[in-house]
Amino acid sequence: MIRVDDLSHAYDDELVLTDVTLRLPRGQVTALVGPNGAGKSTLLSAMARLLSPDSGRVLVDELAVADAPADVVARRLAVLRQDNRVAARLTVLDLVRFGRFPYCQGRLRQEDHRVVAECLDYVQLGELRDRYLDQLSGGQRQRAFIAMVLAQETDYLLLDEPLNNLDMAHATAAMQLVRRAAEELGRTVVVVLHDINMASCYADRIVGMREGRVTVQGTPAEVMREEVLSDLFGLTIPVHRVGGHLVGMHWAPGPVPAAAG
Amino acid sequence: MTAGLQLAPRQLPPSASSEEERHRERQVRRRTSGLVVLALLGAVTYLVVGVAGSWEYAMDLRGRQLGALVVVGAAVGASSLVFQTVAGSRILTPSVMGFDSLYVLVQTVVVYTLGGNALALMGVPERFLLNTAVLTGFGLLLYRWLFRAHSRNLFVLVLVGIVLGSFFSALTTFASRLLSPDDYLTLQQLLFASFNTVDRSLLVVTTAATVLGLAALVPLLRQLDVVALGRDGAVAVGLDHHRTVTRTLVVVTVLVATSTALVGPMLFLGLLVANLARQLVPAHRHTVLVPVAALVGVVCTVGGQLVVNHVLAFQTTLSVVVNLVGGLYFLILLLKAVRL
Repeated sequence: MIRVDDLSHAYDDELVLTDVTLRLPRGQVTALVGPNGAGKSTLLSAMARLLSPDSGRVLVDELAVADAPADVVARRLAVLRQDNRVAARLTVLDLVRFGRFPYCQGRLRQEDHRVVAECLDYVQLGELRDRYLDQLSGGQRQRAFIAMVLAQETDYLLLDEPLNNLDMAHATAAMQLVRRAAEELGRTVVVVLHDINMASCYADRIVGMREGRVTVQGTPAEVMREEVLSDLFGLTIPVHRVGGHLVGMHWAPGPVPAAAG
Repeated sequence: MTAGLQLAPRQLPPSASSEEERHRERQVRRRTSGLVVLALLGAVTYLVVGVAGSWEYAMDLRGRQLGALVVVGAAVGASSLVFQTVAGSRILTPSVMGFDSLYVLVQTVVVYTLGGNALALMGVPERFLLNTAVLTGFGLLLYRWLFRAHSRNLFVLVLVGIVLGSFFSALTTFASRLLSPDDYLTLQQLLFASFNTVDRSLLVVTTAATVLGLAALVPLLRQLDVVALGRDGAVAVGLDHHRTVTRTLVVVTVLVATSTALVGPMLFLGLLVANLARQLVPAHRHTVLVPVAALVGVVCTVGGQLVVNHVLAFQTTLSVVVNLVGGLYFLILLLKAVRL
């Protein structure tokens, strides 16, 4: 379980997280949703100890991520950031091998090579493993990064907007991959999403944030309701049941949106 | 604790490397051997070509000069390459960030505070160690502050570096005006310790410092591969980023002090050498890049000095040649800044 206690953080006196307290159970896919600037990415960065919050703490299975040794945390949780620009020119294989760093400090053993090969196959990039990252399409690139975090063999995966810049087919493929990682590999996934319908269809739990606070959380059925979404996004979003899924038609023409907040 | 992957049978064997990779490794080996041959050729040429008069005298003098060139080349190559990685950019090197101007300033301030006499009484090694210690202290403070305040904004960093370089030079000029004529003379002798008569004890202590510095880099090399992912990427895979960067910067200051003590500031040498090394070998691993950069450094310094001696007939100095070539290269890099 991920426990977030009273987390607060400010950038230049501007509060981006205010007393966030959360419990995220094991073995589930949790989607973090909310309007721009709600603090989703900041919360995820704090969970992944990429950012030290002004106050509060994050425990992952009783391990305090801010204080524990970096490699111990890296064997417990893996994080995929939003901005994945890499200065060096790397091949897919080079990248995925970095996922083994917490185990071998860069000296790969037979076991590490096995895991790397398995993860590449899992995201179906085995054939492209010698390609340089800049020779890949956006979807392939994202899969390579997902393979890297899978290679870390952690119980927890934190993904910050993994669908950014992906077209519909690739975005769907990426979410199916995430879902499989949770179901087949037993990973606990926390994923920041912009599209509430992706959250509704692929997540077990949705956490809604607005202005640095968690305003709503629950199953998709509990969150995908017109009054909840309207409160969260400041937008009237008709919700319909389509093929067993709750779908918010945020793109549908309708009344002029109310001002957010 | 971790859930192992339970997957269907794979098509690909879990081999350590692929055919492509082995091909690239062979390429790296070929080019590295080429560099070794080139460096050795340069060294032999430097020693034996155009000796007139006493061979004993020539070997002694040229041996010392060659030693200094090799030390400078290796120190500048290795330090610039790892500094690029830490700074996350191919146009940031210690010299571009004003590091060697800082060394000259530190020396001037040391002469000012201790007085030329006290300093003249110290041995060369002690002076070098004192300067290096002060430089490391200041350098760490400065670069910690720089990387924190302007993290990631490349052009601000370049600008700050150039400004700092000029600022340190101006301060040096100012401080040297405050010196008594005697102290000033001492300082001049220290700063422009003539390359043509390399001081034996200085060569010994700088060689030792370089060897120690390079040895201290060895355990950092695999960590530096990860540092290239950026701060967040490195922390994500469990690197103590702060510790690795701090240790690397300490080694870099020692290596910069070494080369500056021997031949003075050479603004663009590191930039030229580190980028040539990265272009030459298709690798991201620092276990390959750092030795290659050191070799390229040696080839450049020895080659450059050969040009000065035999083509330009001693009419100019190595730093002029290096800055001319390196400066042009810097401009080209800036113009192509998209890929930085």
